[in-house]
Amino acid sequence: MKNKEKKSLFSIEILGILLGLLWIAPFYLMIVNAFKTKRDIFSGVLGLPETWEFDNFIQAFIDLSFLKSLFNSVMITGLSVGIIIIFSSMAGYALARNKSKFSGFLFFVFVAAMLIPFQSVMIPLISIFGQADMLNAAGLIFMYLGFGCSLSIFLYHGAMTGVSRSLDEAAIIDGANRFQLFWKIIFPLLKPISVTVGILNVIWIWNDYLLPSLVLSEANATIPLKMFYFFGQYTKQWHLALAGLTIAIIPVIIGYFFAQKQIINGVSEGAVK
Amino acid sequence: MQNRSPAFWLFLTPVILALGIVVVIPFIYGLFYSFTDWNGLRATQFIGLEHYINLFQEQEFMNSIWFTIKFAVASVLLLNFFGLALALIVTRNIKTNNLLRTVFFMPNLIGGLILGFIWQFIFISVFGDVGDLLGVEGMKGWLSTTETGFWGLVILTSWQMAGYIMIIYIAYLENIPKELIEAAKIDGASSFQRFKNITFPLVAPAFTISMFLTLSTSFKIYDQNLSLTNGGPYNSTQMVAMEIVRTAFSDNQMSYAQAKAVIFFLIVAVVALTQVYYNKKREVEM
Repeated sequence: MKNKEKKSLFSIEILGILLGLLWIAPFYLMIVNAFKTKRDIFSGVLGLPETWEFDNFIQAFIDLSFLKSLFNSVMITGLSVGIIIIFSSMAGYALARNKSKFSGFLFFVFVAAMLIPFQSVMIPLISIFGQADMLNAAGLIFMYLGFGCSLSIFLYHGAMTGVSRSLDEAAIIDGANRFQLFWKIIFPLLKPISVTVGILNVIWIWNDYLLPSLVLSEANATIPLKMFYFFGQYTKQWHLALAGLTIAIIPVIIGYFFAQKQIINGVSEGAVK
Repeated sequence: MQNRSPAFWLFLTPVILALGIVVVIPFIYGLFYSFTDWNGLRATQFIGLEHYINLFQEQEFMNSIWFTIKFAVASVLLLNFFGLALALIVTRNIKTNNLLRTVFFMPNLIGGLILGFIWQFIFISVFGDVGDLLGVEGMKGWLSTTETGFWGLVILTSWQMAGYIMIIYIAYLENIPKELIEAAKIDGASSFQRFKNITFPLVAPAFTISMFLTLSTSFKIYDQNLSLTNGGPYNSTQMVAMEIVRTAFSDNQMSYAQAKAVIFFLIVAVVALTQVYYNKKREVEM
């Protein structure tokens, strides 16, 4: 009996490892071929490079204006997510502490807005922001607050059920106003859900392509946007295109390496709720 | 915090403004404009249902809807199959289970645009070389026909998102009490019986969640479509989201594109409301 179980566990492990290899194969093929010359790729993509060509990376790094794109991505993602966390947590708190019908209605509107796909508001949105001369990074960050606040408020609102009202009352008796009460006492207690909200929004905003492509000029391009221009420039030159793709992925892999556990837990919480 | 308290309003004003200006107002404007000849700046007249009548007769738009539905069905099936299979593997007591979770989940963190470009290389160059090596004619010329473009998109999406669905199944699988499984083992239930009678019913809610999640995500896919096939050949692998973007920003038919966007909203909303309905029904039954 024990032996049989060990055997079946062993075959499951083998199956898992094979699937795992299949899953990382595209990344392996990308990296290996990014080190080849154009001719080397032409003669075969499956083997290792004849000579390891680092020049591909240097050229891709320059053509992607990588440091600038990275800076743009970090600024836009960082500011957007920061603002989403600040304003959604405040709203989630206010809505959870007010039990009136009106407050319930507002909460419903925020949740219902999640039904609307981006393409259904995209055209008037770009027109409105265009006429207000707000098709720039500041406008984009404001748009991310608009699109991101619904799910974030929903998650904060849910987390508030675990924060006792007596905390509010005690703080008010001690003479704190609502802002002090929220930032000094409530917000620190919401830290776990803030991590989840932060992770979900970072993944989405960091990788977003369509909205920045409609809002930002090429000079302010984020990584995905720049990647799109770059790829169009190097069709049929896989050695450079793949080197560019490899560089574009590196920041994500580094982030994943350091925050793996939080990321998987955050995504799991966001999905199951 | 009462309705009249200034703090209530101060806490809510930023998000009310943002949601209002970014989502609610454009949505209402969009509905209105879809009945006019709006060109992005001004509308001169009401044209009633003209756009809606035209779009149902437009071959390209109807094609994109059918293509999207077929794509969504195929992806939902494959995603849930792989998602559950991967979850069943990594929840077993094997040495590599943490490493495997990390690997399976990784593609979710990278944008669809970048992944689509990587897979363009896989389908065109790697499949071509492997096809040569094995002498399989069918592996060559991928993405150059509607059929291979379709399966290309399905494979890319399944590979990218299976790890995400896996996470959802893991959350449910790890909630199954160990004693239940042990008791069934002692009673002599085979591993298939244990799966059918214990694991499966307890994981059923995850099916509903994953099914609708994958369904609505598949309907809204744009980036992967753009970077993998760019709608080609001859717009035959163009999905609804891309078709709307093109009508608006390449053909400059703003109000017509907006009418398509309204239909798109209705489809997505029906899917989502069906989910809410099922979830409510299930909660009642439990």
